Amino acid sequence: MIRYFLIYFLLAMAINAPCSVVADSAEVELPSGFEDNKRCFQCHGQKFYSFENENSGRTERKAMNPNFVYNSQDFYKGVHRNFACTDCHSPDYTTFPHPSELRLEAMYTCLDCHGGDPTYAKFRFEVLDEEFHKSVHSTRHSEDFNCWMCHDPHSYKRMTSGEFKISEIVSYHNATCMECHANSYNFQRISDDIKPELKEIHDFLPNFELHFSAVRCIECHTSKLDTMWVNHNILPKEQAVRNCVECHSTNTILMASLYKYQNLEARKERGFLNSVILNEAYVIGANRNEYLNIISFIIFGLTFVGILVHIILRLMK
Amino acid sequence: MAERLYLYPIWLRIWHGINGILIVILIITGLSLQYSSNEYIRIRFDLAVSLHNISGILLSFNYVFFVIGNFVTGNIRFYILEWKGLADRIFKQSLYYISGMFKGESTPFPVNKDRKFNPLQKVSYIISMYVFVPLVIISGLALLFPEFIIHRVLGFSGIQLTALLHSATGFLISVFLIIHIYICTTGKPVSKNFKSMWTGWHE
Ligand code: HEC
Ligand code: HEC
Ligand code: HEC
Ligand code: HEC
Ligand code: HEC
Ligand code: HEC
Ligand code: HEC
Ligand code: HEM
Repeated sequence: MIRYFLIYFLLAMAINAPCSVVADSAEVELPSGFEDNKRCFQCHGQKFYSFENENSGRTERKAMNPNFVYNSQDFYKGVHRNFACTDCHSPDYTTFPHPSELRLEAMYTCLDCHGGDPTYAKFRFEVLDEEFHKSVHSTRHSEDFNCWMCHDPHSYKRMTSGEFKISEIVSYHNATCMECHANSYNFQRISDDIKPELKEIHDFLPNFELHFSAVRCIECHTSKLDTMWVNHNILPKEQAVRNCVECHSTNTILMASLYKYQNLEARKERGFLNSVILNEAYVIGANRNEYLNIISFIIFGLTFVGILVHIILRLMK
Repeated sequence: MAERLYLYPIWLRIWHGINGILIVILIITGLSLQYSSNEYIRIRFDLAVSLHNISGILLSFNYVFFVIGNFVTGNIRFYILEWKGLADRIFKQSLYYISGMFKGESTPFPVNKDRKFNPLQKVSYIISMYVFVPLVIISGLALLFPEFIIHRVLGFSGIQLTALLHSATGFLISVFLIIHIYICTTGKPVSKNFKSMWTGWHE
């Protein structure tokens, strides 16, 4: 009885393992802007808001513009969780209705705060900025397309390090691109063109969904020579990777990009090149287990030698 | 000369021919996928994937045909194992292959209308047809529809384990194929068994 229970328990654990996504530690201590932001979230945190109308003297309930609604939980998981809204936006937003000239307010760019700051040197903001300005997004749409388009100021969080599962990194990353490339409304905020269907463009890939859940878009859409973890130079589509073997071979480009951190860590621990991909995904052609390889060569070898000896003996008879 | 026996009915020969061709395609494309590379010229990866998938699906249908055919025509009787004394019989047959046949001895289990296979053949056919081939088909179909695979099994990727099972079984089938074809050349003359498989008649 107990044995069955144990087996059941183990199975349940195994099946549920992917659901137990890392708990966020951010919520332990309150972010510094928390109190100030409550006021803004009262209106910008939900679909409807109420306010005292001084003219009529009544409390009125209205629908909020859905583009101006932000999830406070996402905000406090983001990299800028310690900010008050009014650190980036004018303090005059504390009044309602908001003064109309605030609409013309100039927004900060990433480099305004992060440029030249040694604290953030490891992110290489200047290099990323340069790369971004070479990308199709920037060259075709100039300043309409800026860093905030992908780095939502109200939710962007960092997924760049070995501590996340590759599947989590991939889905977060690709969701960023899908925000426009799978959503006509957002796409047309930038472009007059019709958004092409991702599935149709990529129908050269067998099992499109599996690929999109296992590799980042930038694996194929940025230069593979660049080993930056998050390459920001999106190349024109003609230069996208189409050749399967770029990934499906032992010298897979994924080693230098997507699997880089996991790879470095695994190598430190075990010095065993295959171990990384082995546990995260099965990339045909790239997952070759050295031991199994050797065993199969030995078995094939023995088979052939056996047959050869047999033939010789038959001929001698 | 022993009596002529009609051992390989037409449906079996058709099954066997299709099976052989498909398995060879699967082995070649499978190896090409497993060892895909940019430096050496192999079958183009996407082409190999398509060929491998199509052949695998055809092989599955062909396998179902084989199993049904075996039951319907009664050919299954050659595949029923008599456990008693099995080890002895296998030993005897092995001894014949590794020594008796060089001394000109005659085969210990000659073919007759109730005994198509010698014990060693029987066991290897049962293992390959009712263990290896089903395993390779099931794991292959699972890889084709990975959404059905349990995502993680005790800390390992389910796809990873399935793929391992698939390539390992594929490998074992390749080994079977090599030995199978070689053993078939031990007829007298060498072409005898192949002729039987072609005409259906055991001479
Ligand atoms: C009583 C509800 C309410 C409160 C409180 C409120 N807002 Fe707003 N906010 C709105 C509404 C409604 C709009 C859209 C229409 C408008 O501009 O009045 C808006 C628009 C905005 C805009 C976009 C302006 C534009 O059109 O580009 C910003 C930025 C903004 N709010 C920031 C803030 C900040 C920061 C706070 C907190 C300090 C805040 N709001 C508090 C209701 C509110
Ligand atoms: C790190 C800086 C930063 C912080 C903190 C910040 N915002 Fe923003 N916000 C921006 C930027 C930049 C834009 C313009 C984004 C764009 O151009 O897409 C913006 C745009 C907006 C808009 C208008 C959206 C639009 O599409 O025009 C609203 C409303 C808004 N913010 C509300 C808030 C509220 C409420 C908070 C606090 C919970 C907040 N912001 C915190 C940087 C910030
Ligand atoms: C108004 C100034 C300001 C702007 C604009 C700004 N940041 Fe920040 N950013 C900060 C500060 C300050 C921190 C540190 C916050 C903390 O430690 O709580 C930070 C933290 C970060 C971090 C996390 C650093 C770490 O060590 O984990 C990243 C990544 C980041 N910002 C990226 C960006 C990007 C990308 C943009 C533009 C899309 C941007 N920031 C715009 C001020 C800014
Ligand atoms: C086309 C979308 C896109 C644009 C535009 C974009 N980024 Fe990013 N950026 C991403 C994605 C996706 C990530 C990865 C998210 C993550 O894991 O942190 C990222 C990551 C980063 C990081 C973290 C890198 C690290 O090593 O941790 C920084 C810093 C950054 N971007 C800065 C910028 C700056 C500066 C700009 C504008 C010059 C910019 N980004 C424009 C999509 C974009
Ligand atoms: C396996 C490599 C690969 C991956 C992964 C990939 N793409 Fe592509 N993508 C391509 C190739 C190759 C083309 C060029 C197709 C053509 O021109 O026929 C392309 C074309 C495109 C285009 C151009 C469409 C057009 O015709 O205007 C867009 C947009 C695009 N991809 C977005 C994405 C997004 C978003 C993702 C991630 C969700 C992604 N791609 C993932 C290889 C890839
Ligand atoms: C804010 C919306 C937005 C986001 C986010 C976005 N894109 Fe785009 N992207 C566009 C638009 C609009 C175009 C069309 C450019 C044009 O005018 O040809 C485009 C074009 C492209 C193209 C096609 C280039 C060509 O040659 O036609 C590729 C590839 C691409 N994006 C990849 C990505 C990837 C990868 C990401 C995520 C890192 C991403 N995009 C995120 C809006 C976006
Ligand atoms: C950017 C890298 C990349 C490229 C390019 C790429 N693949 Fe893949 N492919 C992957 C990864 C990663 C997986 C593993 C997915 C998993 O197991 O989670 C995969 C899985 C597969 C699978 C296995 C699906 C299954 O059912 O298990 C097939 C088949 C496949 N790829 C075929 C192709 C073909 C054909 C091409 C070229 C047209 C191609 N791939 C191009 C990365 C790539
Ligand atoms: C393509 C190369 C192949 C050749 C040349 C070949 C040849 C032969 C020959 C000559 C026989 C008749 C001799 C005997 O009864 O042992 C035979 C029978 C048989 N072969 Fe093959 N074979 C090939 C591939 C395969 C493969 C890939 C399989 C299975 C995975 C297989 C399974 C069988 C079975 C089960 C029989 C017995 C059929 C029966 O009579 O019920 N063969 N083969």
